[in-house]
Amino acid sequence: MTVATNQTILVVGGGIAGMTAALEAAETGKQVVLVEKNPYLGGRTVQLYRYFPKMCHPTCGLEINLRRLKANPRIQVLTMAEVTGISGDKGNYSVNVKLAPRFVNENCTACGECNKAATSEIDDAFNYDLGKVKAAYLPNDMAYPQRYVIDPSVVGTAEGQAIKAACKYGAVDLDMKEEVVTLNAGAIVWATGWQPYDAAKITPYRYGEFKNVITNVEFERLADPHGPTGGKILRPSDGKEAKNVAFIQCAGSRDENHLRHCSRFCCMASLKQTRYVQEAFGDAGKSTIYYIDIRAIDRFEDFYQEVKANPNVSFVKSKVARISEDKNGDPRLWGVNTEGYKRYSEPHDLVVLAVGMEPSVKNVAIPAEVMGDSSGFVMADPSNAGIFGAGCATNALDVNRAVQSATAAALRAVQVVNQVARAEA
Amino acid sequence: MAEIKHAAYICKGCELGSRLDAAALVKVATKDGKMPLVREHDFLCSAEGVAMIKNDIANEGVTHAAICACSRRAKTEAFNFPTVAVSRGNLREGVIWIRPDTDEARETTQEMAEDYVRMACAEVKAMKVPEGNQNTGTSKTLLVVGGGMSGMTAALEAAKTGYKVVLVEKTGALGGMAGQLWKRIPNREPFKAPMDSGVADLVAQIEADASIKVYLNAVIAKTSGAPGRFRVDIAVESGPTVTEDIGAIIQATGFTPYDVNKLGKLGGGQANVVDQLGLEALAKSANGGAIKRADGKDVKSAVFVQCAGQRDTSGEHLSYCSGHCCATSVKQAMYFKDANPDVETVILFTDLRMPGNNEDFYRAAQNKGIVFRKGEVSNVSGGDTCKVQFKDLILDEDTSTDADIVVLATGMVPTTGPDLDQLSEANRAAEGGDTTAKEQVVQMMSKSVLNLDYRQGPDVPQFKHGFNDSHFICFPYETRRTAIYAAGPVRRPMDIAQAQEDATGAAMKAIQAIENAGLGKAAHPRSGDLSFPSVRLEGCTQCKRCTVECPFGAIDEDEKRFPLFNESRCRRCGTCMGACPVRVISFENYSVNTVGAQIKAVDIPDEFSEKPRVLILACENDAYPALDMAGMNRNAYDPFVRIIPVRCLGSVNTIWITDALNSGYDGVMLMGCKHGDQYQCHFVKGSELGRYRMSKVYDTLKGMNLETERLMDLEVAITDVDTLPQKINDYAAKIVEMGMSPFKGL
Repeated sequence: MTVATNQTILVVGGGIAGMTAALEAAETGKQVVLVEKNPYLGGRTVQLYRYFPKMCHPTCGLEINLRRLKANPRIQVLTMAEVTGISGDKGNYSVNVKLAPRFVNENCTACGECNKAATSEIDDAFNYDLGKVKAAYLPNDMAYPQRYVIDPSVVGTAEGQAIKAACKYGAVDLDMKEEVVTLNAGAIVWATGWQPYDAAKITPYRYGEFKNVITNVEFERLADPHGPTGGKILRPSDGKEAKNVAFIQCAGSRDENHLRHCSRFCCMASLKQTRYVQEAFGDAGKSTIYYIDIRAIDRFEDFYQEVKANPNVSFVKSKVARISEDKNGDPRLWGVNTEGYKRYSEPHDLVVLAVGMEPSVKNVAIPAEVMGDSSGFVMADPSNAGIFGAGCATNALDVNRAVQSATAAALRAVQVVNQVARAEA
Repeated sequence: MAEIKHAAYICKGCELGSRLDAAALVKVATKDGKMPLVREHDFLCSAEGVAMIKNDIANEGVTHAAICACSRRAKTEAFNFPTVAVSRGNLREGVIWIRPDTDEARETTQEMAEDYVRMACAEVKAMKVPEGNQNTGTSKTLLVVGGGMSGMTAALEAAKTGYKVVLVEKTGALGGMAGQLWKRIPNREPFKAPMDSGVADLVAQIEADASIKVYLNAVIAKTSGAPGRFRVDIAVESGPTVTEDIGAIIQATGFTPYDVNKLGKLGGGQANVVDQLGLEALAKSANGGAIKRADGKDVKSAVFVQCAGQRDTSGEHLSYCSGHCCATSVKQAMYFKDANPDVETVILFTDLRMPGNNEDFYRAAQNKGIVFRKGEVSNVSGGDTCKVQFKDLILDEDTSTDADIVVLATGMVPTTGPDLDQLSEANRAAEGGDTTAKEQVVQMMSKSVLNLDYRQGPDVPQFKHGFNDSHFICFPYETRRTAIYAAGPVRRPMDIAQAQEDATGAAMKAIQAIENAGLGKAAHPRSGDLSFPSVRLEGCTQCKRCTVECPFGAIDEDEKRFPLFNESRCRRCGTCMGACPVRVISFENYSVNTVGAQIKAVDIPDEFSEKPRVLILACENDAYPALDMAGMNRNAYDPFVRIIPVRCLGSVNTIWITDALNSGYDGVMLMGCKHGDQYQCHFVKGSELGRYRMSKVYDTLKGMNLETERLMDLEVAITDVDTLPQKINDYAAKIVEMGMSPFKGL
């Protein structure tokens, strides 16, 4: 049973920003309810192979955050949960949270017997549907809660019964139903994060049509040893090693027809991804970055200079006009290199679109009056009352800026509940 | 003190019961583990199993429980008994999941499990439930150093949260660099025009806030104490020094602009060549009218040179980018255009860096007729008509342009205080009698911001380019001085909007540090940990290793040169414990003994058994989770290894290694995080110090006539889930090849 009062801080979104906001508030002695849509915490960061500029692994920081969470009795976590309604005002909100059935209860020991019993496969959302998982699955090795999930598709089938029978601990409950709970909260931190811009909308790049045109987030999964290709950079059309990779910057960003804003992280993400190509193929791996401006801001400049010094990486100042496909499946890039105004028509093994960030829940989709900018990111404004944006719900941010933003949002929420506490004292 | 009662619990769920001989494990816990109460359960983490343990605690007086089931990372909610000491024997991820289910493997798998039961029993017997630091501070006041945008924001946000603030500003007025601006870059829709800096409003808010005490023309003369009980001497110009009791500190001392006179080739120091702050001054005096030059002449053309002395690859100037300067030049070009659209404004850049909604600001600039040219500037000459020579990268030609004024977009230099490594080097030389070094020390100390009365130096350690050290990605606020946080451009280059966000976050961390210091709890990353190091001074030899090595500067030296622990500065990594050659430092729940007893508890078969034993000491933050995940993926590894998680490689005391090898282990493997510039150690220096220490053990091995290969140091990342088992197997194979240790049975 979730316990919440008007001194509770509700954090919506369990990615790096939401986890940070929840932990910072809880470690200051506040009661927190953390609501996450996925069956696990960590958000998009867990789907990244490495972080720039240290080339370290997101799960390293996640492990610390999870340990902080496990050790902190003040945080209650609700997964597979979405906020559907907010009423009331600063200092006393009433929030409806819809809980989707996991079909697995807290008895689960993560022993994996249900997975062995499952026979059908579903798209692996964790790997951006690039692979398959069984219908009874643990979303990833770091998944917290460490509890399996059963896909609704097997409920009411013989397979579902077999899965249920395989569990010796009574953890599989196929009768679970969607439910809505109402929670009290004094302040709300809105940290629902971002989603990659829909690359199919950039029609000249033929994403979805040409198999060897993929997005930057998908490329992270290809490079990850725990991804669908076991960390081998293989192109989707024929499984050939993709040794000649093109990165197209500002795919959808800085474009009034798509995202008006610059998404900030994509230059660094592509620079980082050239390192994956280098790691995988050595000098046989070639990367070309098609860019308008390389935005390796502040201390990241060092990283840019390192990549720039790599003879296997070239830079072409150009907004790619269009992509065609050669007979062998090679995507071919057409455009003009504006430095010296040279036309090009270059084939590559694989094209990675550096797609930008848009808010996964735009301000108008939040079930409360919340100010937003022209892209739907939450803007700080007194009229938002006790609702505070955090992380990529507020702006296109990289990880450490998202953490900063979340830490600040935690304080704003603490201010509200402290006020409530003082008023009630 | 209540009576101590030990108990062990053996879980038979998750196939533990069928893969292992549980009855034998019970016997081992009773006989070898000497546990007076041992219970087995089919499903220990179930409500019923947990109730059984709780009942034993309540009615059987159990104070210490060895839970032999799954990994300590699993089922943490179920096995959460805060009033008793708990150890976890990892029989699932650590044994049955990493061993094949075959008849041949059964014997060695059982032996592995029995050892982990012995180890869990031995560990829990050596543990105590931490009682918390009694030496807690009571001050809940924040000190903010620096009265610029970051400092003012931090102060106001803390005050809004209900905390008292002391704000110290070096100059005679609040406002800092932002106070020198005519306008700021917009941070609101529609992101089209420069807007009011907001400085005056913040100053007014601070003046009206009774909970903020401001000291102007003041600097920090001395900071002593620890989180929750800092004593800070504030030297006020032409007044007495004041002492304040402080709970936590925010350093928001900002930046100084890069010295434009160092940019001779770009016209620095010449007439009508100014830096961005120089142009702000001209704009301020124009007060919304047409901006005139210093000589009073109208400006008809202005050229902005981006990255002046920044992003420099020659090593002569700043190598980083300051982030705000592109948008700042756009803003300044708008000053001209907004007053008179006929003024020609050209921005020369290589990469225009205006992230987020600044893109709209950039579009607005283009609409106002501001010209952007991608070019590399080679030379600027000042004077009545300035000349800017550059290579136009689009037209691919060398060209030049004239202007009435040239603005150099120079970078931010952080005001972090002296570099502690350089300072301690100079100190050493000065102690040796070097007179220039003595002057150097005085000169460096004059730059100190915090004047910390700490054994390890007066300021917060720096990271690259002189910015404050931090974890940078996941945990950007963590400095290496507990409860001292950096905010604003002292931490990394940033614009006003980001600095204000940063300052609010820093206030959050400072408030949190105050609250936890008051409760005797550790700060990040072992937040909430109530254990703290205790030292048996009668055994101390005053070798100073602990005081020198502590990554967080927690330990000072008293008048008698004994280590003086400041518990609330401590982050509980155990580096001091690892460093201590006489082993007098310990934590209640983690000590030389809790690990040593586990090492001793392992059954070492004789040299003819063909069963070697390899001890693995694995960092609990990265290596241990990787091993767990190897188990989850059923990646098998050698059954002769025995793994003990450690808080950090820095906490590894060499005695564990020499004891292990002396008692017949055939090899020892250390698994820790990457160190160096791209360090991944959560205690920053722990893994590096641990490794440095291990390099000395090799000499000891030689003295014992042992092959140095019997100690292996492996750098492990949390993702090495698939490769780690192979590395373990390779090492085990190497040990077999080397032959059994001659120390067995001695």
